[in-house]
Amino acid sequence: MATTLATAAEGAVAAAAHAARIEHVSKSFSGPAGSQLVLDDISLDVAPGEFVTILGASGCGKSTLLNLVAGLDRPTAGSIETAGRPALMFQEHALFPWLTAGKNIELALRLRGVPKSDRKAEAERLLELVRLGGAYGKRVHELSGGMRQRVAMARALAQDSRLLLMDEPFAALDAITRDVLHGELTRIWEETSLSVLFVTHNVREAVRLAQRVVLLSSRPGRVAKEWTVGIPQPRRIEDADVAELSLEITEHLRGEIRRHGQH
Amino acid sequence: MASTETKAKTDDLAGLEAGLDALDAVEIRRTPVREVLFRKVLPPVLAVTLVLAVWQVLVSAGVTDEAKLPPLSAVGDSLADMWLKGTLFEVVWTSVSRGLLGFLLALAIGTPLGLLVARVKFVRAAIGPILSGLQSLPSVAWVPPAVLWFGLNDAMMYTVILLGAVPSIANGLVAGVDQVPPLFLRAGRTLGATGIKGVWHVVMPAALPGYLAGLKQGWAFSWRSLMAAEIIASSPDLGLGLGQLLENGRNNIDLPGVFLAIILILVVGIAIDLLIFSPVERWVLRSRGLLARS
Repeated sequence: MATTLATAAEGAVAAAAHAARIEHVSKSFSGPAGSQLVLDDISLDVAPGEFVTILGASGCGKSTLLNLVAGLDRPTAGSIETAGRPALMFQEHALFPWLTAGKNIELALRLRGVPKSDRKAEAERLLELVRLGGAYGKRVHELSGGMRQRVAMARALAQDSRLLLMDEPFAALDAITRDVLHGELTRIWEETSLSVLFVTHNVREAVRLAQRVVLLSSRPGRVAKEWTVGIPQPRRIEDADVAELSLEITEHLRGEIRRHGQH
Repeated sequence: MASTETKAKTDDLAGLEAGLDALDAVEIRRTPVREVLFRKVLPPVLAVTLVLAVWQVLVSAGVTDEAKLPPLSAVGDSLADMWLKGTLFEVVWTSVSRGLLGFLLALAIGTPLGLLVARVKFVRAAIGPILSGLQSLPSVAWVPPAVLWFGLNDAMMYTVILLGAVPSIANGLVAGVDQVPPLFLRAGRTLGATGIKGVWHVVMPAALPGYLAGLKQGWAFSWRSLMAAEIIASSPDLGLGLGQLLENGRNNIDLPGVFLAIILILVVGIAIDLLIFSPVERWVLRSRGLLARS
């Protein structure tokens, strides 16, 4: 089972030079005050196995961008290519409360076409991966916030996508739990050949996790600046070099926000 | 060196995580049987006893005369009489089987209808308001046309039940679907549950609590419609149901018989709800953590 999955994964990586290729994407929504441009000419590539965070203040359209990449919405202009259908994790766990933790994962496997006989073992393997080996039969309401997000992560991984999209998935968690999940996400990302596109407004979180940080300006969202993060993993959010780069990025982010107060 | 460091860090993380999980674990406690008896069974039993006691006192003290309120014992005699003649079970079963079969038919029609109204904008705009409006129409109004269409037979009974129950079931499902959090639909779509798969794996299970509430109401409407039909349209060909029992009691000026029929109709309605719908509803809500514990 594990070997066939790995081969399939290698094939997918070889076939696509990019986990995601976003080219000149614009998005506008029509509202009561006419058409409003939310994203303006965004171009961004995510390489296979790369971890990219998109950082921006409110109104930069980062969630809109993620929805476009996930295929939940269409861009007004430009094109988006992804290697297969991406998996998506939300700020809320979005687990189905009528299913147990294990069955939530099995539903993802079933919709992916995994034969029935393999589903339970694979779901248990994924739960082990997020260190929730004993949670198979647990109902969603019996799990803590951090455990729910880990099950949600396992369910996203069950899609066996090359690309994992994360829309502020840890924003609602307490600091300690968030810290632990940062560690887990880094570990899982290192163990798999997954590419991650992670959206957040938390600068330190972005630096803690990513290989590359992309700063978006607000209204409309444009790529303002990019940083490559060379700090070796495992990092910690308190590390001095994480703090130093965070400070630099925060200054730019503040600059972007300040521009909006001037007129 | 670096790998041992990583390993140590990972172990540290695992320990921290285990601690957090343990601290956050939600303890699920099952209510002991004695507590259920005391808190859930005792109060209604007391209430019923009180009503019967007041009834008996009113009769014994001569506040009303027997032509208006029969003594409890007379109703008991009627019941014993039916029991001894062996007709009690038969009469109840005639109505219950009709009611349940009609309800199942209403379920088979109301469910796809509700899904169509909930999911297809044009259908909703076209028949949504009519469906809601039909709920406020007393189903007894359908008895005269149904008799004219079909005559005095079972088809007429089932027509009245369907016209009473289908709107409730469909409306319950529509309400249930409308209350499905959009997040579930988005999550389902990213997992690949689109179209009919989305309906089956996400929309229907997510709408189940509202749907069940609709079914409960649908049963109540089925039972009420059936009683109305049985009272108005009695005929020897139809077999003796509870509605006819009530109507016969009136014709024979048999007040204890009338009261017995009313009590039986009430008891059956409550029993079906208590034995079928409430346990299913409680199970669904509890499994989703939606049942508040007092």
